[in-house]
Amino acid sequence: MTETTANDPRLATAATAAKDDDSDGMSYLESLPRRLVTLYLPLFIILVVLLFPFYWMALTSIKPDEQLIDMETYNPFWVVKPTLKHISKLLFETQYPRWLWNTMYVAAAATTLSIIASVLAAYAIVRLRFRGAQTVGALIFMAYLVPPSVLFIPLASVIQAYGLFDSPLSLILVYPTLLIPFSTWLLMGYFKTIPFELEECALIDGASRWQILTRIVVPLAVPGLISAFIFSFTLCWNEFIYALTFLQSTQNKTVPVAIVNEFVDGDIYKWGSLMAGALVGSLPLVILYAFFVEHYVSAMTGAVKE
Amino acid sequence: MSILQSSLPGRRPMPVATAWQRLNSNRGWLALWFMLPAAAFLVLFLAYPLFLGVWMSFTDARIGRDGVFIGLENYQWLWDDSVFWLSVFNTLLYTVVASAIKFAVGLYLALLLNRHMPFKAMIRAAVLIPFIVPTVLSAIAFWWIYDSQFSIISWSLTKMGLIHENINFLGDSNWARASVIFANIWRGVPFVAITLLAGLQTVSPSLYEAATLDGATSWQRFRYITYPLLTPIIAVVMTFSVLFTFTDFQLIWALTRGGPVNATHLMATLSYQRGILSGRLGEGAAIATAMIPFLMAAIAISWFGMQRRKWQQGTDND
Repeated sequence: MTETTANDPRLATAATAAKDDDSDGMSYLESLPRRLVTLYLPLFIILVVLLFPFYWMALTSIKPDEQLIDMETYNPFWVVKPTLKHISKLLFETQYPRWLWNTMYVAAAATTLSIIASVLAAYAIVRLRFRGAQTVGALIFMAYLVPPSVLFIPLASVIQAYGLFDSPLSLILVYPTLLIPFSTWLLMGYFKTIPFELEECALIDGASRWQILTRIVVPLAVPGLISAFIFSFTLCWNEFIYALTFLQSTQNKTVPVAIVNEFVDGDIYKWGSLMAGALVGSLPLVILYAFFVEHYVSAMTGAVKE
Repeated sequence: MSILQSSLPGRRPMPVATAWQRLNSNRGWLALWFMLPAAAFLVLFLAYPLFLGVWMSFTDARIGRDGVFIGLENYQWLWDDSVFWLSVFNTLLYTVVASAIKFAVGLYLALLLNRHMPFKAMIRAAVLIPFIVPTVLSAIAFWWIYDSQFSIISWSLTKMGLIHENINFLGDSNWARASVIFANIWRGVPFVAITLLAGLQTVSPSLYEAATLDGATSWQRFRYITYPLLTPIIAVVMTFSVLFTFTDFQLIWALTRGGPVNATHLMATLSYQRGILSGRLGEGAAIATAMIPFLMAAIAISWFGMQRRKWQQGTDND
């Protein structure tokens, strides 16, 4: 495809496009067979390996039980008579909807709290430039580097002391420690790009700092807020060790914890419902991701590049 | 007098700022309020537990009972505990092997994705999916793929005639280690690849064109253009990758729970097992605290990576 565009009359437009996309500068120097071996083939193999587990997950969740354990009469890579049995069993015979709701509720609440705290903190660090702002920024970055595996034991006793054990509130209060450092750094990057003059004008017109933040800075940083929001939401959904440690009763669990603890029985036919559970638990995030790919990528790279 | 008095009504008296108003325009005071929510969360649920954890590692705390100070007893106990040392070995093996391969494959994938091709945006989006799906849920899929009886890998290899009996992926020590490392690599490669790709996109293509005109081979272009320009972002990405691999918990817990015979126990999983499941909080906290020196080393590397970036961006070296 690239080779044809090189001789295209629309060469000029292609060249302008190349400015945005710095990769195709010299691709016309390569022949198609060479690209096939050095680019398409390795890429295809990597993609297959990366996506196969999801194919397998989806396939298993719609396979009838007898096809799951009989790999001789049926080709295991395909399904003959797909069934929704596993998924309906999951939704109507277990507490799965409840777990899904817990996960979503905890993730949404923790994310909202973190974003509010991060917007305030990032604005203070970038624009109020109080004494020690640099140090505070560095400390917040350090907080990003403290992993949950080091903290879950003392946190369990803190949660116990506050009387929050086995309550979703414990997760809502603890998850912000994972999200605030990341979102603050991301938003600091966004706030730095907003022209300072806008704020000076507003200050001259008598706006307070709070008005500047809510009327000028936040509306201009909406893309950054979306990035921070969906990325934080994904992190919450993914979190495991705190949820495993703090939650006891079955009806309070989040999806990842419930899948690991509640489905694992000796049943040979567990695989169908297990995979259905994993699939249904992943779908909301994948759908969210499909709508906001660019925001995800900028969130991920932004926090690292800062 | 009269002139002075007549001029007064035209002027408004200069407003005197009250103490409250002055305080509200003081940047330090304002900043305190702006920082308060974030600081409260981070102090209460991050900094305080961090110190509490170190303190607990010197006590004999159990679930439901506050411990008393017992000095280094937990550490002495761990020092003589072969399972602890096995978990340290496993953690280092897991981190080194997985991070090295993640880096190699991630960089390779980033270089591939940086080239021009049809459906570029879609392919890039697909690459990131393993990173989006919750680790535990994809680990469950791997668990099924690694099943001792119905593994699709064993089935395919048997059909190809490469093996004659099913591989016991999660039942055999070495296979179990390899399996969890593979699952970790699978999960980590997209992150490394996409962040390195973002770094690659900032490299100006004219550098490559100039080098090509000067007769540089593709290896030389990589070695003398791509690699030096990418070093700072590689340092940061790999620090994160090492940090999160070293402290990994969920993948292991979902796949093997440390088995078979502790062959895949990492320090984090051992800490959970001893601290929460057996209820010996002090001992679990000691294992978790033992991870901190390693994390400090990773952070130090990150710090020097950053320093180097500043040095590279300085104006006085070309």
